[in-house]
This record gives sequence, C-alpha cells and structure tokens, in this order.
Amino acid sequence: MAALLQLADVTIRFGGLTAVSSLNLAIGPGELVGLIGPNGAGKTTAFNLITGVYQPTSGAITFNGQSTARLKAHQLARCGIARTFQNIRLFASLSVFDNVRAAVQLHRPHGIINALWRGRGFCEGEADVTRQVMELLEIFGLGAARDQAARSLPYGDQRRLEIVRALATRPKLLLLDEPAAGMNPTEKVELTRLIRFIQEKFQISVLLVEHDMRVVMGICERVAVLDYGVKIAEGTPESVRQNQKVIEAYLGDEVAVK
Amino acid sequence: MQTRAKRFLVLAILLAAGVSYCSAAFNRYYLGVAIDVGINIILAVSLNLINGHTGQFSLGHAGFMAVGGYTAAAITLALGPRAPGLLTGLWFAVALLAGGLLAAVAGLAVGIPTLRLRGDYLAIVTLGFGEIIRVILQNMECVGAASGLSGIPERTTLFWAFGLAAVTVYVVGCLVSSTYGRGFIAVHDDEIAASASGINPTRYKVTAFVIGAFFAGIAGGLFAHHKLFLSPTNFDFMKSIDIVVMVILGGMGRTGGVILAAIVLTLLPEFLRPFAEYRMIIYSLLIIGLMIARPQGLFGFGRRKTA
Ligand SMILES: Nc1ncnc2c1ncn2[C@@H]1O[C@H](COP(=O)(O)OP(=O)(O)OP(=O)(O)O)[C@@H](O)[C@H]1O
Ligand SMILES: [Mg+2]
Repeated sequence: MAALLQLADVTIRFGGLTAVSSLNLAIGPGELVGLIGPNGAGKTTAFNLITGVYQPTSGAITFNGQSTARLKAHQLARCGIARTFQNIRLFASLSVFDNVRAAVQLHRPHGIINALWRGRGFCEGEADVTRQVMELLEIFGLGAARDQAARSLPYGDQRRLEIVRALATRPKLLLLDEPAAGMNPTEKVELTRLIRFIQEKFQISVLLVEHDMRVVMGICERVAVLDYGVKIAEGTPESVRQNQKVIEAYLGDEVAVK
Repeated sequence: MQTRAKRFLVLAILLAAGVSYCSAAFNRYYLGVAIDVGINIILAVSLNLINGHTGQFSLGHAGFMAVGGYTAAAITLALGPRAPGLLTGLWFAVALLAGGLLAAVAGLAVGIPTLRLRGDYLAIVTLGFGEIIRVILQNMECVGAASGLSGIPERTTLFWAFGLAAVTVYVVGCLVSSTYGRGFIAVHDDEIAASASGINPTRYKVTAFVIGAFFAGIAGGLFAHHKLFLSPTNFDFMKSIDIVVMVILGGMGRTGGVILAAIVLTLLPEFLRPFAEYRMIIYSLLIIGLMIARPQGLFGFGRRKTA
C-alpha cells in the first residue's frame, strides 16, 4: 500500500535545538495514527513541517506521491492536508458560518469579477456554498450557532468548529493537534466518537496529537512516540503502552498498569 | 442580497445624477464641500479595504491619490478645451480611469515586494512610497514641479463625486461580503490559519492594495478637477494620516462607520471655520477625544456583517 504521507529522515533545527530529528513516519489512506510524547517533544513542530509552516533542515516529505518541499501552506491545503491548532486559531471576528465559508471556497473557481458582477452563476454558487457550509455545521451540531461570532463560542465548540473548518477544505489527511485539551470527560468521549465518525464518513486519514491516553489508545490503529525530537517507538497502542522506553520517557508507571 | 446591492448602486447613481442636475441652484461653497465629502468617502472606503478588512497598515494612500490626480489632470490638459457635452464627460471618465489604473499599477509595484512586511514596517515603507511620489512630482517640470499644476478645467460635479463614491462602496462591499471576499477578513484575523485553510494571504493582500490604490487614484482625479490646481504638498503624508483617521474612527472594517466618519471629518473643519486660527487645534483635540472615548470606532452600527 502506497503511503499517503511519507516523512523520510526529516530533521529541523532551530539554532542549536534539534526539534525533530531524523523522523520517519508513513501514514496510509484511511489510517488513524497517533503521535504522542512529552511536552516539547516536537509534535507540533512535526505538524508545522507537514503543513508547510516550516521547511525541514534536511529530509523529505512526500504527500500523495508529490514532494512538498516547494509548496506553501495554502498550496498544501489545496493538495489535501488540513489541520487544527493546539492553541485554537479561528477567524475570531467572523461568524461560525463564515469561518467555514472562508475554507469552503478553496475548490471553487469564482473570483473578483464574479463577486462584483453578481450574475446568476454567482448567486447559484453562493447558494451552493451556503448549502455545503450548513450541511457541515449541522453534522457537527453547530447549525444553531451559525450567526454567532466565533470568539463567543464555548471552548469545546471552538475546537469543534476548527475541525469543521479543516474538513471544509475537503482534505485527504487531517492533522489534529490536541483536540481534547481543555475538554471535560463527557466532551472527550464525544470527541472520540466524532473523530472515528469523521474518519469513516469522510474516508480520510487522521494524524492525532493528544496527551489524553484514553483518547489516543481508544481510537488509534497505530501510535508513534516522540521524545526530544526522536521517534523512540511505534506500533499498536498495546505494544507502545508496554514499551519500556515509552514508559520511562512519557507514560510513567500508572498508565502502563491501567 | 445580490440584487439589493445592484439596486443600491443604480439608485445611488441616479440620485447623484438628479441632485447634480439641479446643482446650479446650490450655494457654491456648500457644493464644494459636498464634493469634498464624496471624494473623502472614496478615499476612506478604499483605504478601509486595505487597513480595515485586510488588516494591513498602509500610510501611502495620498501617494496613490497623487498618481491618479496628476495622471488625470495631465490627460485633460493634453486634450485641451473640448466642446462641452457628452464627449467631455467621456474624456473625463477616460482620464479618471487612466489615473486609477496607473495608481493601481503603483499599488502592485509597492505591494508585491513589501507585503511580506508586517505592521509597523509596512506602515513605514508605504509612508516612504508616498513621500517618494511627492518628491518626484516636486521635480517633474512637465507637471509644474514645486509650483504646481494649474489651469485644470472644472469637471468634477456632484454626479461624478457621489456616483463614484457609490461605485466604491459597491465594489468594496460586494467583494468583502462574497465568499471569495471572506478571505480578506480571514487574512486579517489569522494569517497562519488562513493559509492552512487554503487561502493565499499574499494574493489577498496584493489584491486589496491594488483595488485600494485604484480608487485612491480615481479620488485623486476627482480632486484635481475639483480644486483645479494640484501641488505636491496636497499629497503629503498628513493627507494619508487624515484618511487613516477616518478609517480608524469609522471602526476599521465597518463600511457604514467609515462613510460616516468621512462625512463628519470633512464637515468638522468647515464648521470650525469661525474659530479661525484655533480651528486645527480644536479639530485635533476633538479627534483625540473621540479616539479615547470610542476606541472601537465612532459609530456602533454599520457593524461588520457576520453572516
Ligand atoms: N519556531 C521555533 N523556534 C525555536 N524553537 C522552537 C520553535 N518551534 C518549536 N521550537 C522548540 O521545539 C521544541 C518542540 O516544540 P513543539 O511545540 O513541537 O513541542 P510539542 O511536542 O508540540 O509539545 P507540547 O506537548 O507542549 O505541545 C520545543 O523545545 C520548542 O521550544
Ligand atoms: Mg504541541
């Protein structure tokens, strides 16, 4: 099976600090992979490398058989990589509806002239956008909040809206950076169900960074562990949980026992 | 929404034409001030696209205005006196359009290399651009250099000023409210999230710059054929600041508020005329007071559309 995303010996240095070191990672189509590790291990940095925010110091990233080296973040989004952010980054002054609308436009041909002329094609296009956006919002239970400002949403809804916005770009790969952070236990259970649902309904691959082991171990088919930028283990949740290096570096004894 | 916008445009232009037709009956002073208001609306609404909606900080609007003003005036002067009538209007339109286009080219030339700069740096570069334009004009003999360009025929009427103000409001409003245009605000709110959502920030910023510069150029052409005399000092950086103040006071990104601010800030100095030499001091104090009292903008309405 050809991997959808392939990282080969990817390294990035910030001055003297090697944030990610010779990372090899492959994600197949439709796979749900977890990426865990202690604070500062380089998980978010790995996301930033995959999404084109940073360029690797060395190594290669291929997505869908294409090297991502020369592509900018917005071009990678067009190729099918979408993400959420550890510290939520919504378009704060836009409404819930418009947050998704801004992302839906990616695959639409319209531009300035259409927007100014406002002919029949434009109106139909806009109606179509509204339909798509509402459909997504309804799936995630945000339909009723459509006209609220994104910044006024409760925290859990903001996280969900970020996921909806990412899905609106119709990705092949979705990167979730600590989606459960700040959620209460009920919300976490809900989120777990949601991620599985997304993966099935939209037929996409998911790479999940998360500190909550119950979420990670519950849904990931495979888990990779980073420590100081180095991948120290990879395998099924079971095998990772029992890995001595992982227990020492990150999980600690109590999780291993559970 | 779509048809409403077009209806607004047609109505506004017809209204401008109608009132303009009767303008001989008006007091010339009031007429002049009214045209100033129209021109300032164009300037403020177009700068609002750059500074308000897209979140850039341009201090170069007077520079773009100068490019458009001098271009349009030079074209009119080169054509010489023509018989009044429809053809005059046509040539005036051509002159304005040429001014707008040249200003847009200037916007592109400034925008592409500078838009990777942020905040204060961009402000400084655009400010520098405006000053360079002014210095160039000051040394260009063919447009009168420092002594200015005089003898420009009077062409700007209420119709032109307010018709084009309506066009500006329509263009900026339609752009920003469309799905495509939500990208301007997305870039303003969070550039990293915008690019992660497939929006090309540079493209949007340059587009905002070019469109903003185009309308500043148009306003410059109207200004030239209204004041009938151009001097490089008309376009110094205080002029840019005046426009920026209108945008800030109008509430950054709120078209309704920015229009009102343009009206109020054009009329205010006129109302203060009786105070003669204290006029500009009072004007400045009022602005400072307003900024302190209402940092979010003068007016609570004309709020950025959320749907
Ligand atoms: N732009 C940058 N410049 C310098 N150092 C950076 C930069 N980005 C990340 N780092 C450093 O790289 C290391 C990895 O950071 P990263 O944010 O990827 O960790 P993380 O695994 O996501 O941690 P957390 O679980 O706390 O989110 C940290 O030491 C961080 O300080
Ligand atoms: Mg992180």
